[in-house]
Amino acid sequence: MSGAIRSAEGPLRIVGGGTRPIGKPVDGAALSTDALTGLELYEPGALTLVVKAGTPVEVVKAALAAEGQRLPFEPIDHRALLGTTGAATMGGMVAANASGPRRIAVGACRDFLLGVRFVDGAGRIVKNGGRVMKNVTGYDLVKLMAGSHGTLGVLTEVALKVLPDVDDAATLTLTDLADTDAVRAMSAALGSPFEVTGAAHDPEAGRTRLRIEGFENSVTYRAGRLRDLLASFGTADVAQGKVATGETWSAIRDVTDFAGRAGDVWRLSVKPSDAAALVARSGAETVRYDLGGGLVWLLMPEGADLRAKLGTYQGHATLVRASKDTRSALPVFQPENTVIAKISSDLRARFDPRGILNPGVMA
Amino acid sequence: MDMPAPDETILARKARIVERLSAALPAGAVIHDDTELRAYECDALTAYKCPPLCAVLPTSTEEVSAVLKICHDAGVPVVPRGAGTSLAGGALPTADAVLLGTARLIAVLETSYADRYIRVQSGRTNLSVTGAVEAEGFFYAPDPSSQLACAIAGNIAMNSGGAHCLKYGVTTNNLLGVTMVMMDGTVTEIGGAHLDAGGLDLLGLVCGSEGQLGVVTEATLRILHKPEGARPVLMGYDSNEVAGQVVSDIIKAGVLPVAIEFMDRPCIEATEAFAKAGYPMCEALLIVEVEGSEAEIDEQLGLIKQIAARHNPVELREAKDADEAGRIWLGRKSAFGAMGQINDYMCLDGTIPVSELPYVLRRIGEMSREYGLGVGNVFHAGDGNMHPLILYNANTPGELEKCEAFGADILKLCVEVGGCLTGEHGVGIEKRDLMGVQYTAADMAAQMAVKDVFDPAWLLNPAKVFPLDASAAHRVPAA
Repeated sequence: MSGAIRSAEGPLRIVGGGTRPIGKPVDGAALSTDALTGLELYEPGALTLVVKAGTPVEVVKAALAAEGQRLPFEPIDHRALLGTTGAATMGGMVAANASGPRRIAVGACRDFLLGVRFVDGAGRIVKNGGRVMKNVTGYDLVKLMAGSHGTLGVLTEVALKVLPDVDDAATLTLTDLADTDAVRAMSAALGSPFEVTGAAHDPEAGRTRLRIEGFENSVTYRAGRLRDLLASFGTADVAQGKVATGETWSAIRDVTDFAGRAGDVWRLSVKPSDAAALVARSGAETVRYDLGGGLVWLLMPEGADLRAKLGTYQGHATLVRASKDTRSALPVFQPENTVIAKISSDLRARFDPRGILNPGVMA
Repeated sequence: MDMPAPDETILARKARIVERLSAALPAGAVIHDDTELRAYECDALTAYKCPPLCAVLPTSTEEVSAVLKICHDAGVPVVPRGAGTSLAGGALPTADAVLLGTARLIAVLETSYADRYIRVQSGRTNLSVTGAVEAEGFFYAPDPSSQLACAIAGNIAMNSGGAHCLKYGVTTNNLLGVTMVMMDGTVTEIGGAHLDAGGLDLLGLVCGSEGQLGVVTEATLRILHKPEGARPVLMGYDSNEVAGQVVSDIIKAGVLPVAIEFMDRPCIEATEAFAKAGYPMCEALLIVEVEGSEAEIDEQLGLIKQIAARHNPVELREAKDADEAGRIWLGRKSAFGAMGQINDYMCLDGTIPVSELPYVLRRIGEMSREYGLGVGNVFHAGDGNMHPLILYNANTPGELEKCEAFGADILKLCVEVGGCLTGEHGVGIEKRDLMGVQYTAADMAAQMAVKDVFDPAWLLNPAKVFPLDASAAHRVPAA
C-alpha cells in the first residue's frame, strides 16, 4: 500500500467495498484495499478484535456471532439506500464512522475503535492507539481517522472493542404521535434507567419505536416499566423476541424505507428537542427520526438545498444520496466555521501533502 | 528528567508580562509573588517541581483568550492546569511559562434533561458535575479516583477514565462539545449538544491532547439517568492466573459488569492493615459490580457467582445490603492511601490485554525482587488497565531513580505484551521519554504534525508528551 501511494502520480480514489459512495465525486485512479483481508487477532475474553482493513464486515460479524459477540455500534448497511452492491469492508466502515440506532446508547464506530494502522498521502506507515481498551498514550489519531473518508490516509488495519450479543430483545411501539410528542416520548425513555438501546420515529406510519435488550427476564421487566413510564403517550404495544426485533431495527438502521424512492437523502444531526421544528422548516417529503430525534433522515426534492431551508441551527447536515450533479453543486458535508475549516485543511495538508487521497471528497 | 532550559529573555521580561496580563484581567487574577507561586510548582507528581513565571486565574472564555493572545504575541509558553491532580506531571510548569489555572471557571452554564447534556465551565470538578444533576436522578459517568478534586478541563486533557468505564466509556465517549481557545487567542466551538462530527473528528483529537492543542474553557457533557441499583460481589482466589481466568470467563458469558476490580496480595495486606475491610488473605481478590433492578442484579450476580464457584474461590461474598457493599468497596477505595501509609509510592498506569494478566503479574513480581522494591497491584481488570504501586523511600538517595527505572521496565513490559504506556493518566513528563517504546519515529511525527497545525510555535504545555530530542526540530521557531 505504501509503495502504491508513494508511486502514485495523480489523485487516488480509495475503494473499500464500494458500498458507500458518500461525498463529492472523485476523479482519480482507484486504489483498493481488497488485498488486505483477514482477522489478525480475536480474543473473545478480552472483547478485542484486530482485522485488516479490506476484510468484509460480514466476515467479521460471522466470526463474532460464533462467539456470541457483536459489533455494538450496529454499522449501517448502505446498500439498499444507495443502490449499491458488493461487500462493505471494515476499513470503509471506519472511514465513514458507520453506526446505527444503538449509537444513542453505546456510542458510534469511533467510540469502539481502539487502534489503526494507515498509510498517509506521502506513503508513510503510521500506527496509532493499540488493541487495549484504555489507551491515552499520545494524541488520539484513532478518532481523527474514523469518519475521515480516506482523506488523511488509507487504513490498512483496525482494532475494535466488541461486546457480548444479547439473549433477548423487545420493541415497544407507540402509535400516532405528533413529531414533537414522539421526541418527548423518546427523551423520556432515554432519560430513564431502563437502558433503551434504540429510539426511532416514523411519521408516515405513525410509529414511535423503542428497543430494550438483555437477558430475557430483564427485558420483560424493563419493557413493562417503560410502558408504564410512557403511559401518558398512549399504551405501547410490546413485541418481545430477538429475531423480530432484529428485523425491525435493521430496517430502521438501513433506512430501507427510502430505498428506491425518488429524491435526495440527507442526514441531519441535531439536538433532539430542535428536531421537529427543523423538520417543519425543511420542506422534506418525508423524514425518519433515529437516535431519539438526534438524527433525522430527510427525503428531499431532488437538488433542493436543505441547509438553505434550515437557516441557522446547531448541528450538521450531510447529503448522503443525490445525483452527481447535485453532489457537485452543493456541499456534501456541512460547511465549517473558518477556524475549524482551516484546521481541517491544514491537517489534510500535513497528512497528504500532495493532495492525492480522495481529494475534495469531504467538501 | 530533562526539561528545556528556560528562555532568559522571557525571565528578564517578567515585570512587563505581568503588567500586561494584569491589565487584561480582574484584580487578583494574576499571581506573581514567589511565595504564592509555590502553590503551582507541581501537580500530583510531586517528585518534580518548578514554579512558573506567574500564574493567572481567568473567569471567562474572553479572559482566557486575552491571556493567550498576550502570551502568543510575547512568545511566552503557557501551561494549562485543571485541579493539579495529574499523576503524570501533565501540569508541571517551566520557569519561563505562564500557568493558566481553571480554578475560577466553575459555573454550570446549561442543563437539559430532555436532551441529556450539561454544559459547564471547564474548571468545575468532576464530582460536582454529577452534583449538579443528581437531584433529577442523573449523573456524569467517567469517575476517576480523584473525582472529588479533579477538574473537567484536566479530564478532557488526559481523556480520563475511572472504575466504571467498562460499561460507560471514558471521557472521550461522554464529551459532546467544547469551547476552545487556540494559542493565538482565537475562540472556537467544536461539537455541541448534537452527536458526532460533521467533518473531521477534531473533538476526538482534542480530547486526550494534554492541553497542547488549545485551552478548553467550556464543555458539553453527556449525562445519564442513574441505574435503579448496583451491587458488588467479592471473590478471592489462590492465584492470579485463576483470577484472570475468572475475569475472562465472566466477560465471555455475556454479562457486562459495570466494574471489575483486581487487587493482589501485597495490596490486600496493606489495605487490610489500613482499612480493615474484612478482605480474605489470598493471592488475588476481585470486586465485580453489576447494575439494574433487584431482580436483574440477582440474575446477573447468580451467573457471575456460578462462574466464580467453578474456579474454587477461597471466598465468595455478595453484599446483602448497602452497608456490606460499602465495606466491599472500602478497601479498594482506600488502597492508594493504604500503600501510602507504608511508604512513598509511584503509581503506574499501563494497560495490557486481559489475557496477559497472569504473565505480567508474575514478571512484575520477579522484577520487584530484582530491584528490591515492593509493589502492589490494584487495577481495573475488565479493561486491563493496571495500576502497579511501587514503594520506595524518597529520603533514601538513589531510590527514586531506582523506582523510576523499575516503573519504566513495567511499562515496557506492558507494551511488549501488546498493551500501552498509559491507560488513563496521560503521558505528561512522566512517560514522555518512553514514547519511543510504543511508537516509531513516523508514528510520533504524525502526532507532532497535529501539534504543528494547532500550535505552530509549540507554546502550549511545553516539554510534555513527546521526547525532547524527537520534538526539537518542531520547537525551533519557523522564522
